Amino acid sequence: MTERRFTQDHEWVELSGDTATVGISNFAQDQLGDIVSIEFPEISSKFKQKEAMAIVDSVKASSDIYCPMDGTIIEINKNLQDHPELINKSPYDEGWMLKLKVSNISQFENLMTQQQYEKFVGEEKG
Amino acid sequence: MRTPFFEDHVKLGAKMVDFHGWDMPLQYSGILDEQKTVRNNVGLFDISHMGRFRLTGETSEECIQNLVTNDVSKIAENQAIYSPMCNEEGGIIDDVIVSKISQNEFLIVVNSSNIKKDFEWMQRHLDGNKLKDETQKIALLALQGPNAQAIIEKHTSEIAKLKPFHFMKVKLHGQDCMISRTGYTGEDGFEIFFDSSASILWEKLLSDGQIFGIKPAGLGARDVLRLEAGMMLYGNDIDESVTPLEAPLKWTVKLEKNFIGKNALEKNEPKKRLFGFEIIGSKRVARQNDQIIYEGKNVGRVTSGTFSPTLGKSIGFGYVPPEMQLGQDIQIVIGGKNYDAKLRSTRFYKK
Repeated sequence: MTERRFTQDHEWVELSGDTATVGISNFAQDQLGDIVSIEFPEISSKFKQKEAMAIVDSVKASSDIYCPMDGTIIEINKNLQDHPELINKSPYDEGWMLKLKVSNISQFENLMTQQQYEKFVGEEKG
Repeated sequence: MRTPFFEDHVKLGAKMVDFHGWDMPLQYSGILDEQKTVRNNVGLFDISHMGRFRLTGETSEECIQNLVTNDVSKIAENQAIYSPMCNEEGGIIDDVIVSKISQNEFLIVVNSSNIKKDFEWMQRHLDGNKLKDETQKIALLALQGPNAQAIIEKHTSEIAKLKPFHFMKVKLHGQDCMISRTGYTGEDGFEIFFDSSASILWEKLLSDGQIFGIKPAGLGARDVLRLEAGMMLYGNDIDESVTPLEAPLKWTVKLEKNFIGKNALEKNEPKKRLFGFEIIGSKRVARQNDQIIYEGKNVGRVTSGTFSPTLGKSIGFGYVPPEMQLGQDIQIVIGGKNYDAKLRSTRFYKK
């Protein structure tokens, strides 16, 4: 099974070779509530770690999606344009957002493990 | 503060939020699911956070006539009317619903954010009449949606004859209620007033509605529903800096009678006007205070925005210069980026 790591901004990343699949965590989708749109970056655009690369709008709020690792956008989940609710329904599977070709694989090691993230979220919830 | 139904919301797993000092349910199953349930079926809202004032006295009708812009003399007993209440400058202090209980008694429902301000303002204009804040004493639920009537019909067939903005006394599960055919959703439905001690009615109404698939609905769904129906939210779309003539509330201003703010409304031309808008080619949601651009210039601001599931579009309200027209192309700046939009009537949804 591919290991899933998390950022402090609630993105998740799965790495396969130098391809990173990115989405938002179950906690993040639950906090946002019903998601109604996602605005993707252009294919081939480059982002540094922690740069805003996409925006999701829920009924309640707009939220930037930050790039979890330096890289280039190689694919977006087009299905979400007509079905943004998949992010709510299936945040780790059908609700994946985009794929990056990463330029610095070592950044993955600095992201939180599932266990660390759960602890982090527990503290954030207070 | 908590309404009599706080425990029920928690038990149902609602996401609770602070709303003007009240612990209120934002959502239960989800905003869009609840919105759909109200449009197609029936939903139950706790709206006990709204203020309830009772005005009594020999000249209570003259008193309320002076306080609000709409014509209260046009309603009979057991009838209600929507109206802004203005200050001397014509600015909207609040928008309220006045119910005529009898010749000398009125029940006034005000926004939760304005309870204290309204009470103080009204107290200064009582002319010997009496005003009581019964917000804590009376509970208020809203049963909204096409199947709302069928639920009340199980208790009384008379409800079918109740016209919009009329109310009647009904016993629900042994409890005396006042039921009015009013709401804030654009659907048929009722608002149900009863003594706060009868908090069991929340559960009872949900079980009465079970055969239809009733769902509890929160403030999130309420906001989407009222925006689709073109209804103003005090604090967002209207406040003391705007007049009813600038908001799309001209139909509630009756210049043939006297009221506080009338002179200002007669004298001053509207400086801006509230329109609806829809965003074209994107489903990004406009938020309060986003800028409105026309012909490259910043001409106004968004007061409310949401995604309308009924239209499948991003919609909202905003103020623009008064000479602007329906159908004009504008842009909305969301997160620093311009999105094309079009001015529309605020009534996005009509039943």
